[in-house]
Amino acid sequence: MFWTYAALLLLVFVTANVYGRFRAMQVAGHQLSALHSRPSYHGGYLAILAALPAFVLLIAWAVVEPRLLDTMVISAKAEIVEGLSKAELQAFLRDARAIAFGGIVAFSDAGKEQAAEVFSSLAQTSFFLKTTLIIALVAGGLWYGNRTITPAMRARHFVERTVMGLLILCSAVAIFTTIGIVLSLIFESLMFFRQIPILDFVFGTHWSPQSAFEGAGAEHGEANTEIFGAIPLLVGTMLITAIAIFVAAPVGLLSAIYLSDYASTPVRAIAKPVLEILAGIPTVVYGFFAALTVAPFIRGWGESIGLSVSSESALAAGLVMGIMIIPFVSSLSDDVINAVPQSLRDGSAGLGATKSETIRRVVLPAALPGIVSALILAISRAIGETMIVVMAAGLAANITVNPLEAVTTVTVQIVTLLVGDQEFDSAKTLAAFALGLLLFCITLALNIFALRVVKKYREQYD
Amino acid sequence: MALEMTTDTESAMNTMMSAPPAVSAEGETLKMRGRDVKVFYGDKQALHGVDLDVRKNQVTALIGPSGCGKSTFLRCLNRMNDTIDICRVQGDILLDNDDVYDPRIDVVELRARVGMVFQKPNPFPKSIFENVAYGPRIHGLAQGKSDLEDIVASSLQRAGLFEEVKDRLDEPGTGLSGGQQQRLCIARAIAVSPEVILMDEPCSALDPIATAKVEELIDELRQNYTIVIVTHSMQQAARVSQRTAFFHLGNLVEEGLTNDIFTNPKDQRTQDYITGRFG
Repeated sequence: MFWTYAALLLLVFVTANVYGRFRAMQVAGHQLSALHSRPSYHGGYLAILAALPAFVLLIAWAVVEPRLLDTMVISAKAEIVEGLSKAELQAFLRDARAIAFGGIVAFSDAGKEQAAEVFSSLAQTSFFLKTTLIIALVAGGLWYGNRTITPAMRARHFVERTVMGLLILCSAVAIFTTIGIVLSLIFESLMFFRQIPILDFVFGTHWSPQSAFEGAGAEHGEANTEIFGAIPLLVGTMLITAIAIFVAAPVGLLSAIYLSDYASTPVRAIAKPVLEILAGIPTVVYGFFAALTVAPFIRGWGESIGLSVSSESALAAGLVMGIMIIPFVSSLSDDVINAVPQSLRDGSAGLGATKSETIRRVVLPAALPGIVSALILAISRAIGETMIVVMAAGLAANITVNPLEAVTTVTVQIVTLLVGDQEFDSAKTLAAFALGLLLFCITLALNIFALRVVKKYREQYD
Repeated sequence: MALEMTTDTESAMNTMMSAPPAVSAEGETLKMRGRDVKVFYGDKQALHGVDLDVRKNQVTALIGPSGCGKSTFLRCLNRMNDTIDICRVQGDILLDNDDVYDPRIDVVELRARVGMVFQKPNPFPKSIFENVAYGPRIHGLAQGKSDLEDIVASSLQRAGLFEEVKDRLDEPGTGLSGGQQQRLCIARAIAVSPEVILMDEPCSALDPIATAKVEELIDELRQNYTIVIVTHSMQQAARVSQRTAFFHLGNLVEEGLTNDIFTNPKDQRTQDYITGRFG
């Protein structure tokens, strides 16, 4: 039903558009110069007036109608639904709707039949009301628009303001979605912190939520607050991120310098896209590359020189993650190095500096803020990366800086906590939200820091 | 001949440098000499065999309409064209008696002897002090910190900037005004004690007052340095230079005393250009 109306309104939109153009030419006596706005804007003006209010009404109706009907049915049949619990009431309404509009009915009784009658009569009224209102809005819009199309009418301003409104609406959707996600993280985390003190979580050194409810009274017992310490996860995350940056920073930066200042144009034309392909490889592919190729290799190599290497080592995950973020570092650094003006390079060369002196003493210092922010973005990417560490880093929450041991990360634990059947209000599940919030805060802080660094130094040269 | 074949650059160059300097018919020392200089950008020829001498302790102005090859010629003098991949240079360019395109010549050393100031002021995003200290540092010219400070101060002094910036040497060079930035770039070039300073339209991004200061400075610098300046302003050429060369379509049309070029040009094209009939 909704889509039929939407299609009809689209038809109205197109027709009004065509008619608006025609009408504009007519009132201008077929002289374009007499019009303030081009005929297409008059078309848009009439189309917006005719279709937009009706379309907004249609959407609002679709959102509000079901709830309104429920409320009206409940108040009409108060004597039947009285004393039902929330879940029972919902089941009652579901069945009544199914009887009225077709669908699978769990079981029917007289009360539901009565409610269904109310439903169908209300729905009929609603349908007529909606249709009448939409027709009235379309007709009113067409009438008003048609009457106001004159040569002096500022249709362009009207259309452009409407388009701007649309743009604002779209950006608002993105912003409110972000806010919504953050709020949900915060509220779920607050529920977690009601069970586990926040200090125990942030500064605790023991992490084993799987054992939270073991032992006697596990069913209804209080959650053990001592086992939700996030420190081992943070240490593991930092260790793997550090290894990754240790790999990616030199390789990425030096390849960026080669690409921007040394490579000939044909080499650059091939090498840069190839490097960027690295960024297009799905992380799950990196994951099994880490787990099945790199980890056994490191283990074998460690054994051959007499080291004991865990089969899921931080080193393997960190190395592969480092390879994954090389394109971030190199591509972003390449851009900022290229943005250093040629005049600075010429100035340095004109003083007798060699190419490497120019790069070390002029180009890199000038590009430093951009390089720093590239590195920080790469770090926050590495911290939030999940798939590689899930497959290669392991689950053991050790506090260690030995890269040959198994560690676990925040992201791995979130996955572990939420995989499988879970109650959504147990401390174990809620811990995932708290970890998510923690991760979000860390990456947000890093990103803000990176942005500030860039902003502070941006206009040093122009 | 045997000496020229040696692989020891130092001794070969000393030998060449000890040869008597070339002189003009009037007995003036010729600091740089271009002979049949041809420059190609890919397939396009930008200079068609230019012969031009630069006299010691004089200002030589290169004038001509846009695209005439005057900047290209200037950039050949310290091999700045090397940074352009598709650029090829033929012919001889001599600094004293050294061919600057000789493979034994180190381009780094050449550019220390033939400095350059660019069209748009291009101070490095460093402090004023560091901007001037840059050249002496990379060439190892200073014996310790106080020596470096002396070099920086005297370079700024000679560039006529010291009084304006002496209290804020630690502030970024990019924070100066356009004219100050250009004088900072000149100070930066002076700091490596070059013999020749090339200037590529050094005043085209400056206002008239800053231009007047830089022109004054160019006249003073002539005492110690040989200067080649490319300019679009004929008044500027007339004001600052002793000799003027007029380029047109990649050819050197006429070269002579600035006074003669502007009052009594021999070639019709020069006449047309300086009277504003084209360009």
